[in-house]
Amino acid sequence: MLIAVLLGFVFAPLWNLLGRWIKGSFSWLPALLPAGLFLYFASLYPVTQNGPLLTSTPWIPSMGVNLDFRLDGLSLLFALLITGIGTGVFIYASYYLKGHRHLDRFFAYISFFMASMLGVVLADNLLLLIIFWELTSISSYFLIGFDHEAAKSRRNALQALVITGLGGFLLLAGFVLIGTVAESFSIAQLLGTAGSLQNHPLYGWMLALVCAGAFTKSAQFPFHFWLPGAMAAPTPVSAYLHSATMVKAGVYLLARFTPMLGGTDYWQYTLISFGGITMLYSAFHAMHRKDLKEILAYSTVAALGMLVFLLGIGTQQALLAAGVFILTHALYKATLFLVAGMLDHETGTRHIEKLRGLRKVMWPVAIAGGIAALSSAGVPLTYGFIGKDLIYDATLKAINWPWVLTAVALVTNILVLYAGFQAGIRPFTGPLPDHHRTLHLPNARLWLPACVLALLCLAFGILPALTNGLAGAVASAIANTPVDAHLAIWHGFNTVLALSGLTLLAGFLLYGWFAPPEGKLQQRWEHLSPESLYRKAGQGFTWFAGKYTRLLHNGNLRSYVFSIITFIILLLGTKILTGVHLYFDRRAVVGGLRLYDVVIFVVTLAAIWKSISTNSRITAVASLGVVGYCICLLFVIYSAPDLAMTQFTIDTLTVVLFVLVLFRLPRFLRINDKLWQDGILAALFGGLISLIALGALNEPTTKETSEFYAENAYLLAKGKNIVNVMLVDFRGFDTMIEITVLSIAALGVYSLMKLRISSDNKE
Amino acid sequence: MKSIILKTASTYLLPLLLLFAVFILLRGHYNPGGGFVGGLIASIAFVLHAFAHGLVETKKMLRFVPSACIPVGLAISLISGFVPMAIGRPFMSGEWLSVQVPIIGSIGTPLFFDIGVFLVVIGITLTILFTISDGIL
Amino acid sequence: MELLLLILIGVFYATGIFMMLRRSMVKLLIGIILLGNGANLLIFLLGGITRGKPPIIPEAEKALTGAYADPVPQALILTAIVISFGLQSFAIVLLKRVHVLIQSDDLNDLNTPDTSI
Repeated sequence: MLIAVLLGFVFAPLWNLLGRWIKGSFSWLPALLPAGLFLYFASLYPVTQNGPLLTSTPWIPSMGVNLDFRLDGLSLLFALLITGIGTGVFIYASYYLKGHRHLDRFFAYISFFMASMLGVVLADNLLLLIIFWELTSISSYFLIGFDHEAAKSRRNALQALVITGLGGFLLLAGFVLIGTVAESFSIAQLLGTAGSLQNHPLYGWMLALVCAGAFTKSAQFPFHFWLPGAMAAPTPVSAYLHSATMVKAGVYLLARFTPMLGGTDYWQYTLISFGGITMLYSAFHAMHRKDLKEILAYSTVAALGMLVFLLGIGTQQALLAAGVFILTHALYKATLFLVAGMLDHETGTRHIEKLRGLRKVMWPVAIAGGIAALSSAGVPLTYGFIGKDLIYDATLKAINWPWVLTAVALVTNILVLYAGFQAGIRPFTGPLPDHHRTLHLPNARLWLPACVLALLCLAFGILPALTNGLAGAVASAIANTPVDAHLAIWHGFNTVLALSGLTLLAGFLLYGWFAPPEGKLQQRWEHLSPESLYRKAGQGFTWFAGKYTRLLHNGNLRSYVFSIITFIILLLGTKILTGVHLYFDRRAVVGGLRLYDVVIFVVTLAAIWKSISTNSRITAVASLGVVGYCICLLFVIYSAPDLAMTQFTIDTLTVVLFVLVLFRLPRFLRINDKLWQDGILAALFGGLISLIALGALNEPTTKETSEFYAENAYLLAKGKNIVNVMLVDFRGFDTMIEITVLSIAALGVYSLMKLRISSDNKE
Repeated sequence: MKSIILKTASTYLLPLLLLFAVFILLRGHYNPGGGFVGGLIASIAFVLHAFAHGLVETKKMLRFVPSACIPVGLAISLISGFVPMAIGRPFMSGEWLSVQVPIIGSIGTPLFFDIGVFLVVIGITLTILFTISDGIL
Repeated sequence: MELLLLILIGVFYATGIFMMLRRSMVKLLIGIILLGNGANLLIFLLGGITRGKPPIIPEAEKALTGAYADPVPQALILTAIVISFGLQSFAIVLLKRVHVLIQSDDLNDLNTPDTSI
């Protein structure tokens, strides 16, 4: 299974290397990858019937992160969707993007994405899951922004990345929290102890963080807007990302966590309310859109809302409905996206008013679109009907307010039906405009995948029992207890059937009689939509950053130093005043004073004063020399002969250096503004440092390191000058780095001087 | 500054100072001294010579570019770190010959490391000083 | 003696910062040197100061015994002294180069184009 997941990552760069062939006549080649994976996962289907299949490969065992993968019903459904629809999309894209100069890159991105997505649904370790989760965000960024030359494409890709990235970040926090509380990152173990997290005091945070991750990924209101924005991607990407994979990752996550976090009131209310609002809001929006892909995007958001809603209800029927609806929706929505892409590809427009009567020129496409639309409507004999039945069944048997939930589902379904018809049926009915008469049927590589998916809608619709096993396995995996599925077309005359009929009737009437005015809704509420709020937040951030930068990063070195020092003084000063007990041990601090100490002290002070007060450069340099020699004397007195020698020679060289360049240096500037301000700040800082030093001096210090060196310098390193032994032996590596740094400084000096000469030449 | 006294003195001082520098370098393991100080003293010797005779003279006398000392010294230090690895010890662990030499004591990899430091310090100081004083002395 | 060193360190830091805040570039350089000296002394003081007992093992013995000056801060400071020489020489050359380019010693003339964001 590890190999299956990693295969996509391996092949992604390979497509790039094989770019010339892929752009030529071998563009079908990449499709073999998802097809092969699909067969592999399909062959594992019987195995998963007996319980989850677990594999483990050590990766970072010390941190409890292993390459653990699990394949149960839920994972299998997603894996099959990812690879199955992936196959269709790969074939489709090989023609759709034929002749595109970055076709190889496209396949690389999408293979990468597919592999990350497989990783998400198969990972059995939370940390592994989050890694793949972020990889899907990143690879989808490249896919959405595939037309990187269009500004809109780039902006929307970034928007999607920001939203999902934010969610991923929160999700990581949630996972760390869960992992810490449960003391395990393994999903298998977490499932084993399911039920313990719900009673933990931090349960609220876990729920909020996991939901934040899932809702952003699955485009729940108010984070939904990145999904319609992501329609800037080429249609194969939209079909792939938004029907079956990327956006369903959030649903997958919620489904996966249902046994661990679900079953509480908070879980129910959160998911039902977010899902409910999302599905109503976006189904309503879908009705008002005229662009094919926008309609599909909003109806996708509505379907995602429905899934979250069903997971929120949480009864066995609801979980079964969710499992079936994932498959239903993936099948018909992918078909609709592919159909929309074909229409766009052939006619050059996606505006539904301009697309009429196309059945006459591309009948297979019309059949595929029609079946998909009927499936999304839930007409009997399509798979959508089964899904819709189960949804009503679930809402009616919900624990709280069944009728309210049923009404919400009903309205959404009617609106989704309308949107599905707009996208899948309307372009093919009515009279064919003259300018479209020249159109002809596109290449089979475009329409065949759509037709196969549509046929599946039909086949599962007529023989729903085919999916019994899979649906049951999915529901069992979500519920963590065995659930049996008995899907059938006919359940007898009951409320569910009546509701289905009502949905169809109302939907047909709406489709026949109602045509919402274009754009009116958007214009009126545009400024309040989450998308424009997001934009405003982005602009505000830029504005704030600009102000902040201008204030603090103004290019003036003095103000940098000033603000840094002020900050340090405030920070350390507060700490010293409030938290540190300073005392003055007279004997320890003043004791043992000799006359020459005082003399050195006074001379040093005088030299410092001279060096800062003089207006002559040579005096300043000479005073600095005196300061250096005084320090050298201090080193001599206080038992540091090596330091004294080094200080002495370095001081000499520094003075020489200054003298050499002195007359090429500028004279002192005679401007002395802000004297008092700087003086007070500097005095405060100096005083603070003295106080800190006093405080540190009073603290007892451990001398273990020094003692080790003192005891072992001769025994281990055969040297008696401990300082030197440390430099060349114990801490030799530091010295190595140090001489390297010095060499770089010397090279810098050399090149700076040579640079001056060359620029002089230019002038 | 090119006084005759200084010129004459520096001619004799240069070898003496260099000898002293090497002495400081070699005794470093047992007494105050070492590669850093030794290197600095050696550079001061050359700087003194440059003060007395002029930079051109000093460069002529050196016969090589001082910056050449930097890679040579770095290489010696690095190799002395790698030598223990050849006999299966970790990088930079000290290894000594059993021979005892006066002043230096036992000869081992730390000594060669120090010699590398010595050369690098000479190279750096002279490069900096000669570059900056180019055209003054 | 610690008291005098404490005062001295404070003075080094204060004058260093004060010089760094001047508008003259040469004064900035002097400030950096003073600050470096202050830091060296601070490390030296905090390691504990001892008179007349250098960390050198006597001829006849194999390990240091009794009171001795702490070798660790000394090794640190030795490194710091040499590094600060590199820093100072680089700073001097940089300063010269800037002076040649903008014909001014005034740090206020050195504003980078950051302000034009």
